Amino acid sequence: MRISPKPVQSFRDDFTYTNSREAISRFPFPFVEDEYRYSVNIEPHAMSGPDGSVFEKFLDIDEHYLSEMAERAIVLKENPARCLSMKHMDLACWDMIERVMSALSADYPEHFSLTKQGDNWHWHNKLLDIQEDFVFGDSSTLPMSPLEYIGRQVQGDFAILDQRNADLFMDAGIVTCPADWSLAFDAGMSFSEWHGPVPMAREEGIFERALKYLTAIQVGRPVRRLNWTLTINARMDTSPETYPSWGNERTSVTPENVAEKVHLRVEVQVLDRMPRSNALMFSIRTYLISLEDLVTNPQWAKRMHRAMKTLPAPLVEYKGLTRFHPMVVEYLSQFDPVN
Amino acid sequence: MSTDQIKVRVAAVAQVAPMIREFTLTAVTGSLYPFSPGSHVVVEMPGEQKIYRNAYSLLSDSHDASAYRIAVRLQDNSRGGSVFMHQQVKEGDELLISPPANLFIPQWNAQKHILLAAGVGITPFMSYLPEMQRRQADFELHYLFRSKQTGAYQLELAEQLGQRFFSYDSDQAQRCNISELLADRPLGTHIYICGPEGLIKDVQSVAEQLGWPDSVIHFEEFAAPKPGKPFTVELKSTGKTVQVGESESLLEALEEAEVAVPNLCRGGVCGQCATPVAEGEIEHRDNYLSVDEKARQDCVMPCVSRAHSDRLVLDI
Ligand code: HEM
Ligand code: FES
Repeated sequence: MRISPKPVQSFRDDFTYTNSREAISRFPFPFVEDEYRYSVNIEPHAMSGPDGSVFEKFLDIDEHYLSEMAERAIVLKENPARCLSMKHMDLACWDMIERVMSALSADYPEHFSLTKQGDNWHWHNKLLDIQEDFVFGDSSTLPMSPLEYIGRQVQGDFAILDQRNADLFMDAGIVTCPADWSLAFDAGMSFSEWHGPVPMAREEGIFERALKYLTAIQVGRPVRRLNWTLTINARMDTSPETYPSWGNERTSVTPENVAEKVHLRVEVQVLDRMPRSNALMFSIRTYLISLEDLVTNPQWAKRMHRAMKTLPAPLVEYKGLTRFHPMVVEYLSQFDPVN
Repeated sequence: MSTDQIKVRVAAVAQVAPMIREFTLTAVTGSLYPFSPGSHVVVEMPGEQKIYRNAYSLLSDSHDASAYRIAVRLQDNSRGGSVFMHQQVKEGDELLISPPANLFIPQWNAQKHILLAAGVGITPFMSYLPEMQRRQADFELHYLFRSKQTGAYQLELAEQLGQRFFSYDSDQAQRCNISELLADRPLGTHIYICGPEGLIKDVQSVAEQLGWPDSVIHFEEFAAPKPGKPFTVELKSTGKTVQVGESESLLEALEEAEVAVPNLCRGGVCGQCATPVAEGEIEHRDNYLSVDEKARQDCVMPCVSRAHSDRLVLDI
């Protein structure tokens, strides 16, 4: 990590969240063409990625670490069902502990360390001041479930998919910052079931092809893809469960505040095969940037204008942008010389 | 050597049946990946004429990844890998293997598991058994072999599994009746088969008669890369030619020759690498092009697809 974690900022109420100049420069801008369409946009998550980029390490820890961990604690306190795991997923959750602890301690040794003597492990998270001695694989030696334990110490939501009969099932996860979907609702569903609400993609065969690729992912060969939406205010937790507290914010956008209120929300999704359980770990690492900050990069501003202007109506609707989409296009048009 | 191959040392070789040898493999540096029951690795064998790549199931307890064990049956009339493993490979040798992959994992939600092994097909079940015992799963192992050739581990299995173990030695005229094996099983029974295609077919047809759904019948599959024969590609615009070896993809060969082709997934699903073809017969292996598009023979996905013909002319 090039940037040390900043003191805690908020993703609710007074929204004190900000991006440093460096965080802006490494923002994972998702639009690779002037027109955005759904596609099977999956690629190898090869290590090490470009220096300083969000793809440099397997898991990106950045300046928002402390803020995101504090936000996760609030959400879990309000609603413990944001972390769920079916009984048969225990081993997969331990796989995740191993993967996350090994990666964090190797990639950020100044912040995390892991020492092992056989199955006796010692974990030190210096950022959160957590030290733990536990027995690998023995859930009774941790203060909470393995999934919640590790989930509270790593940025991003996680779903753990069980693979059976050439399909994937959402049988475990810790999800506190979803882009309007619910783990409790999707729990136990298959790949095509939980993607049910998505428009256009099924007819184009996108999910069928993606699933074939995902079920063939091998140990040691993680892949990634990006997804995006727009969020009003720097709100991490846009879940159906809390809709009453954020849904109406969509009506608060005006031409005067659009640049400050509307945030591009990008998810870097990494898929990695878990060796002991054969489950797939799906991490959803969310990055937020206000339009105001985004337009400091003229290329991004221009491209974003074109992508927004040509966004198919079913996507505008599905992503929940209908109320303020015209204001976004109008605001961005000033950065596009074609206009 | 592909980037994620693992270099292993042969720590021990043992004859476990007249035609079957067992190899214990340890990491040369670092440690081996943990693995799940039913996993296999692809072992690369540098033969004199060509490199062989064979998939072998891991025999060890999945809780112990300090070493991997595999067992190799000397195949009749084989020119390939099994002869190499039996005749060339000795203790102390080094080999390259892939990380473990698994297309034959136990269905832990099954009420009952019937494991049906024939000959060297016992291997994937060797990693099932310790985990099934730990989970106190309800299972039976039915093991078909010819003691003059195969039958590895039968004594230790009989001892460990007691009532759960059934052996059929055809060299002693013992036969397994598949209809009886499947009759009167409770709902939620799953069957796993590792053996010759004939055996799999027999089980499938009996199961169909009994009305078992396909989803409870599992047979071993390997994720070994389908071998491809070498061929030549030519670029129509410049006349440049590039050789594609059997163990590299067309995309990799083009990249090696500094011909840039846009790509993303490198697995035949995203469509980015689509490349027009002017001449030659394409062997399509992707999941991107439709049946009609494939039939037209004018576009190839070089990340996975190859040529049936010796020469392929790309229209780039
Ligand atoms: C196995 C890992 C995956 C999980 C757990 C997952 C989960 C989800 C969920 C929960 C949603 C929200 C659906 C809703 O509205 O309720 C979603 C949306 C979507 N997913 Fe996936 N997904 C996975 C992999 C993929 C892959 C590989 C693709 C590749 C094409 C994909 C494409 C999409 C698309 C296009 C959307 C709509 C997003 C939007 O427009 O905002 N997903 N996914
Ligand atoms: S790179 Fe995706 S189909 Fe070839």
